[in-house]
Amino acid sequence: MSFATILDQLPPAKSPLLRRFASLLEPNDDASFERMAQEARELTRQNFGRTMRMFAPLYLSNECINNCRYCGFSRDNPILRVTLTVEQVVAEARHLAAQGFRQVLLVAGEHPKFVNGSYLVDCIRALRPYFSSIALELGPMESAEYAPLVEAGAEGLVVYQETYDRGSYARMHTSGPKQDFNWRLDCPERAYAAGFRRIGIGALFGLSAWRPEALALAAHLEYLLKRCWRSDLTVSLPRLRPAAGDFVPPFSLGERELGQLICAFRICFSQVGIVLSTREPAPLRDVLASLGVTIMSSGSHTEPGGYTGQGRHAVHQTVRGRILPPDAGIDALATGQFEISDERSPAEVANVLRRRGFEPVWKDWDQALITR
Amino acid sequence: MSDKPSKLKIADREFTSRLLVGTGKFASNELMRDALDASGTELVTVALRRADLSGHSDPFANILDFIDPKRYLLLPNTSGARNADEAVRLARLAVTAGLPSWIKLEIHPDPRYLLPDPVETLAAATILVKEGFTVLPYINADPVLAKRLQDVGTATVMPLGSPIGSNRGIETRAQIEIIIEQATVPVVVDAGLGAPSQAAEALEMGADAVLVNTAIAIASDPVRMAHAFRKAVEAGRDAREIGLAEARTTASATSPLTAFFSEETAAQKL
Repeated sequence: MSFATILDQLPPAKSPLLRRFASLLEPNDDASFERMAQEARELTRQNFGRTMRMFAPLYLSNECINNCRYCGFSRDNPILRVTLTVEQVVAEARHLAAQGFRQVLLVAGEHPKFVNGSYLVDCIRALRPYFSSIALELGPMESAEYAPLVEAGAEGLVVYQETYDRGSYARMHTSGPKQDFNWRLDCPERAYAAGFRRIGIGALFGLSAWRPEALALAAHLEYLLKRCWRSDLTVSLPRLRPAAGDFVPPFSLGERELGQLICAFRICFSQVGIVLSTREPAPLRDVLASLGVTIMSSGSHTEPGGYTGQGRHAVHQTVRGRILPPDAGIDALATGQFEISDERSPAEVANVLRRRGFEPVWKDWDQALITR
Repeated sequence: MSDKPSKLKIADREFTSRLLVGTGKFASNELMRDALDASGTELVTVALRRADLSGHSDPFANILDFIDPKRYLLLPNTSGARNADEAVRLARLAVTAGLPSWIKLEIHPDPRYLLPDPVETLAAATILVKEGFTVLPYINADPVLAKRLQDVGTATVMPLGSPIGSNRGIETRAQIEIIIEQATVPVVVDAGLGAPSQAAEALEMGADAVLVNTAIAIASDPVRMAHAFRKAVEAGRDAREIGLAEARTTASATSPLTAFFSEETAAQKL
């Protein structure tokens, strides 16, 4: 049975695990929340120890052929765009490696003309000397398209469904290939078939009501755990941030509710890694680190070239998807995908983690495992 | 009884301590170093994927700097490998990077329960033994697999008590007892030991050593917990060497009720 069929039977048809998960998402009093938090912390320690994996995103391109109402990179947003050359990507990589990062997430909008297979293979190969672990966050592809990327040295793939609510999904994705809900839904399984060892899934909270959204995400995780048993699955729970286009999220997920959600995932999926990005403010991140988060980014930039100013002279403007002729007068960074909230440097975040009793782990992988 | 417990011999090396310690999950490298010291261990395992194997002394992957190679025999492990090829490649890389040719062979394709793959483990062990490695394979408590590994020349077998990090103790007791009974190499109970009493139990059962990581690393005081495990392992080994009294389901009186009859019989004979 495909996951689409299971998803469409939710919420009435739930496994015992999902029933427990749903019960943990119910409104609770402070004492119950505290008990959940204590249990989540204990399970995290037992399974992941007193450590925190560190990673950084590296944006390759903000070109995109999709229109997603919430995303700064949307095709019709009149933003400054660029696709970094491989040399520029390496310059960004050097900067991140010097800060300590050995795990990187390469991110790009969906635009096959600018970000195609051979470009990605070149980027991955060029970055191997700098990172022990390279993961990708791109538009969904076929397994056969993923395979060369795995062969080149990428070991992780991240693909968020954004929202599991079909109605919201249709309203949010107004044009482009991303409109195909099921194609995206099956992407983690195609990634697994291609040989990715780490697969990250998630939902973008704010697009639909958070409890059913979380339940569907948990159902997807439960489904993938059984079928993609050799892959290391992780889950992300990003909340929408301000971005170009001035989208106003129709739903909200409060800070306490986010904490409760992280605890529920940890209690029900005790061995699954939970990722936390710099979308969240520093004080909240510091607290969430103790509740179940196991992987954190820090010092992030969401614009291509954001770390070292690469690509400044190659940016171009687009108006409703149409590229305007280069304007020699432009000397600015490309536009970011969204605003980050925790602006502390990686070293600052690492120091705070140490003070809170965590060892920041920068290297937890070796290229020797997957490449000859 | 001699007043000194016997030494543990693995391959051609002797060890006074029968406690092997893992280095993952600690809140800091400094705490790990202090816990190793308190544990009295002489054999320390490190995940190769966390170490710098490039020879560039990476300050962001410097876990090996906290393990004194003069004091401890470093036992690199292949955690993260999901098949024999990957494990063999990592082991070779470790030697190239100047690490010892002792290898704790761990192949667990399922990243959630980290249960070892018997097929790939046997395949990798066969290759690594031929290449001259001293191989200590992590296995499920499978007596036949233990024999097969012994036959290809591994230096130990390391059956799990329960899944890694689970702290559930020796749930595989009956199988481990068979492995101990049949083994011609040291048996090291690896994984799942959450309390010093469970480590003592393994030694009392006749295991030659135990490997502990999570229970020490995530304790609120890892140094004291490491010391607690040290004492438990010593106690368990002493008890094994002395010989435990057999457990009974009924009371055993120190003044037997039937003594009269044996005396009567003796009198009648006279």
